[in-house]
Amino acid sequence: MADLVLTKQVLDQIDEILTDVIEKSGAHTVLLIDKAGQIISFQGAMDQEKVASLAALTAANYGATTAIARLFGEEEFTLLFHKGKKENIHFSNVGEEYLMITVFNNSTHLGLVRLELRKGLEKIESMFAENLRDWFNA
Amino acid sequence: MAIISFRSDEIHCKVVYYGPGRGGKTTNLITIHKALGHQVRGELLSIDTAGDRTLFFDFLPMDLGTIGKFRIKISLYTVPGQVRYNDTRKLVLKGVDGIVFVADSLAARRHNNIESFQNLKDNLIEQGKSVDTLPVVVQYNKRDLDGTKVPVMRMEELERDLNIDHQFPAFPASALRGDGVRETFKKICMLTVVDVSGRLLKEKGVNISG
Repeated sequence: MADLVLTKQVLDQIDEILTDVIEKSGAHTVLLIDKAGQIISFQGAMDQEKVASLAALTAANYGATTAIARLFGEEEFTLLFHKGKKENIHFSNVGEEYLMITVFNNSTHLGLVRLELRKGLEKIESMFAENLRDWFNA
Repeated sequence: MAIISFRSDEIHCKVVYYGPGRGGKTTNLITIHKALGHQVRGELLSIDTAGDRTLFFDFLPMDLGTIGKFRIKISLYTVPGQVRYNDTRKLVLKGVDGIVFVADSLAARRHNNIESFQNLKDNLIEQGKSVDTLPVVVQYNKRDLDGTKVPVMRMEELERDLNIDHQFPAFPASALRGDGVRETFKKICMLTVVDVSGRLLKEKGVNISG
């Protein structure tokens, strides 16, 4: 893995997509992280300390789930969903090295979140084409 | 693998404390967490088993201040030391920028140190990295037991096992008392930041201190 250099322009574009997902889906927080647990971009109203923990735990959780997937002959599970009484959290793969985390409460529905998230992911993935890193580093 | 943001002018690096089980990796993080002010460090996150061993990792994010125009942010992680948790160690090592190897000075743990160091090398190779190219600091922990009834290895013996060419900066420490923890931490932070900024200068022509 090479270092990831993020220009203002790239981050602005990512933020725009994440903000759009929040507005349309009713989710309250969306994050883009890498699988090492580092935050690339975060939109929403979460405490900064908690966001750092969330990113580290998500990367670990995702890694553990991938190890479980391999036990069943799957390469990986491309999305995860945790449901709570009030808060729900949805994780999905972005390309090879990144993850998108969406946090939402009961004021919206999983279906809508997934629909809007799918659109956001498509935008990010089509922008980034095959390799996000090349695009980031271009 | 560091993340360098030119919008907020931040550099995020990942440092992993590696070593055999019960060697004091978590204690290092707890000591750092206690010693630093709240404005510098974030929350210490631990995933423990019941028997106070690390099950997955400990995590401590911190803000080291600025170099040039860049804010340096470092995330400290520990790995579970027990041999059987190798899958977890590989996960935590992903994207690492610097490593502290915490060796156990107890004579009875000699074999565990050597095995764990070899395991670190093997796991890094899987990532296409190596201890020869990454910043690595070695810490010989539990020096407070030197001179007690418990058989402890001499520093030279430890060096011979793990750092024969004196390739890595090494520090004696007692993580429990806090001795040597700060020195180790400062050294790895410095080496990591220098390494990342060197790459940035070489690959992108950006001088972080300029």
